[in-house]
Amino acid sequence: MKPVLSMRNICKSYFTGTGELKVLKNVNLIVEKGDFLSILGPSGSGKTTLMNIIGCLDTPTSGEYILSGRNILDMDEFELASVRNREIGFIFQNFCLLPRLTALQNVELPLIYSSMPFSERKRKAMEILERVGLGDKMNSLPNQLSGGQQQRVAIARAMVTNPSILLADEPTGALDQRTGNQIVSLFEELNRDGITIVMITHDRNIAVRARRIVHILDGIVSEQELKPFVS
Amino acid sequence: MFLESIRMSWMNITKNKLRSFLTMLGIVIGVASIIALITLVRGATDNISAEVTKLGGNKIFINIIGTPLKQGLSRDDAEAIKAVGNVGGISPTISGKTAIVYKDNVIENVSIQGKNEVYFKADPELIRSGRAINMLDLEHESRVAVIGSNLVNDLFFGKNPIGEKILINGITYTIVGTLEASRRFSMGSTNDVVIIPYTTALQSLGVKNISSLDVYLEDTNLADETVEKIKGILNRAFNYKEDSYTIFNMGDIIESFQSIMSMMSLLLAGIAAISLIVGGIGIMNMMLVTITERTMEIGLRKALGATPYTICLQFLIESIFLSVIGGLFGLLFGALLAYVLAAFIGIEISILFSTNALAMGFSAAVGIIFGYMPAKKASCLNPIDALRSL
Repeated sequence: MKPVLSMRNICKSYFTGTGELKVLKNVNLIVEKGDFLSILGPSGSGKTTLMNIIGCLDTPTSGEYILSGRNILDMDEFELASVRNREIGFIFQNFCLLPRLTALQNVELPLIYSSMPFSERKRKAMEILERVGLGDKMNSLPNQLSGGQQQRVAIARAMVTNPSILLADEPTGALDQRTGNQIVSLFEELNRDGITIVMITHDRNIAVRARRIVHILDGIVSEQELKPFVS
Repeated sequence: MFLESIRMSWMNITKNKLRSFLTMLGIVIGVASIIALITLVRGATDNISAEVTKLGGNKIFINIIGTPLKQGLSRDDAEAIKAVGNVGGISPTISGKTAIVYKDNVIENVSIQGKNEVYFKADPELIRSGRAINMLDLEHESRVAVIGSNLVNDLFFGKNPIGEKILINGITYTIVGTLEASRRFSMGSTNDVVIIPYTTALQSLGVKNISSLDVYLEDTNLADETVEKIKGILNRAFNYKEDSYTIFNMGDIIESFQSIMSMMSLLLAGIAAISLIVGGIGIMNMMLVTITERTMEIGLRKALGATPYTICLQFLIESIFLSVIGGLFGLLFGALLAYVLAAFIGIEISILFSTNALAMGFSAAVGIIFGYMPAKKASCLNPIDALRSL
C-alpha cells in the first residue's frame, strides 16, 4: 500500500542577511495509513518548520513531498488551500478557536471552505462533537469551556473533513498533565479507529504514547525508534 | 460561502458597535451632505424656476430706448410685431407719471401705465377685486382704471374703491378693479401703479409712444426665430440704429439660470464627495486595524482551507457593509436634514430616486475602493507568520 505521506530529501533554508540558514537537512519521512507518529525534538530543532511543511503551510526549498499521491511542490496557492482543507487536520498548541463562534460553529468552519451544504455541515459537525465527548457543549463559546474541552473542539474541527492526517503541534503544551494525558488518550483511541496522526512534541512522556517516534535535532531526522505495540 | 462571508462580516461589525459606528460616521456625513445639498439646490432651482415661469416663460420683453427722432414704438409697430408668426399676443406699456386726485386727496407722481387685456390674461391672479381691463375698454378707449394695493389703502381705507371716480391728469376715470399685492419674485412692483387701457393712455396721457412691449409666444421652442423676426421689425422701425432697444427672451433666462444652478449643485456635491473620500479612508484605517487584530483568525482560516480569494472576499464584504450601512444612514439623515432646512427656508423639495441611487452607488464604491487594499493585504498574509503571531 502506498504511504499517506512520503518525504524524500526535504531541505528547507531561510536566507537571512548574513547567509543561508539550513533548518531542515535531507529529511526522509514516510507515514503509512493508520500510523501514529511522534516527532520529538527540542525547541529550535526544526520541528515546527517540518510540521509547517507537512501541513502544506510552507514549501520546502528542495526535495520531494507526496501527500495522498499528489506532489505538493507542483501546487499553486489555491491547490494548497484545498489540500489543507481536505487532507490535513490541524491541531494547535493553543487551540486556535475563534472566540465568537460556538463550539459547533468552530467545528463547521473547515466544511464552509469545502462548500458543504448547511444542513449536512451541521449534522456532520454535531456527529464529530459527540464523538469527542462534547455532545452537551455544542452551543458553548470557547471561553465557557475548559482547556481540555477546547482542545477537544479543536480535534473535532481537525477531524470533521475526514483528513488523511491529523497534524497536532504540541497538543498538550497548554494543558496540565492530567488533561494532556486525556487528550493523548483520545488520540490513541482515534488511532485505534484507523485515523493517521502525526504529533509534534518536545515532551518525551507524551511522545512515547505514539506507535513510532522520530527524533529531530538541528534539522536532521536522526533516528527512528519503533515502539513495540500491540495492534 | 458568500452567505457565510456576509454572516461573518455582520458579526464583526456588530461586535465592535462603537468602532463600527464611528467608522461609518464619515460615510454618513458624506452621503447626508450630498443628499441634502443636491436636494436643496434642486428644490430652490425648481421653486425659483416656477416663479419665473409664472411670470412668463413664454414671454419676450422688449424695452425701447429709442432714438432722438423716434422715442418709442407706434401703434403700427406694435401691430406689425403682433402679426409675426408664433406671436400669441402682445402687451404694450405706455408709462407716464402724474398726480391723481380722489375727492380731497391728491397723490403726486403716480405711475400711470397703459396696458391691454393680454397683460391681465397672462396672469389671472393679478386682479384682487373687480374686473380687469378688457377688449371693449380698449376699443372704446374707456376711462376706466385698475389700481394697485398701496393706492387702495391710501385713498380708500376701509371703503370699496370699485365704482369710485378719480382724476388722472384732469380726466375722470372710474375704478373697475384692484390689483393683488405684488409677489416676492415679481419684477417691478405694481403696488403703486394705476393701470388704464393703453388706447386711452395714448389719447389722454399726452404720451404717443409705447415704451415697452411684452410679446407672448405660442411655442417657446421657436423662440429664437421669433426673436429674430421681431428684431427685424424693430431695426427697421429705428432705422438700424444700435442700442435703440433691448430684447430678451424669458425662456433663455430660465434656461441659463437652471444651468447655473445645476452646475452649482454639482459643485456642492463634489465638495460633499470629498467628505465621502475622507470617510473611505476611515474605513480603510479600521479595516487595517481589524486585520492586524485578527491575524490569528486569518492564519487559522488559511490553515483550514480558505483560499486567498475567500479571505479577500470576507474582508471586502465587511468594508462594503460598513460603507453601505453608513450610506443608508446618510440617506436617512440627508433626507431629514433636507426636509427640515427646506421647511425652514420655505421651499418645496422632493428627494429623487436618482439622487439616492447616486449616493448609495458612491458609498458602495467607496467601500470597494478603500476596502480592497486591506482585504488584499489580509489575503496575502502568510499563514505561518499569522499563526505564529499569537
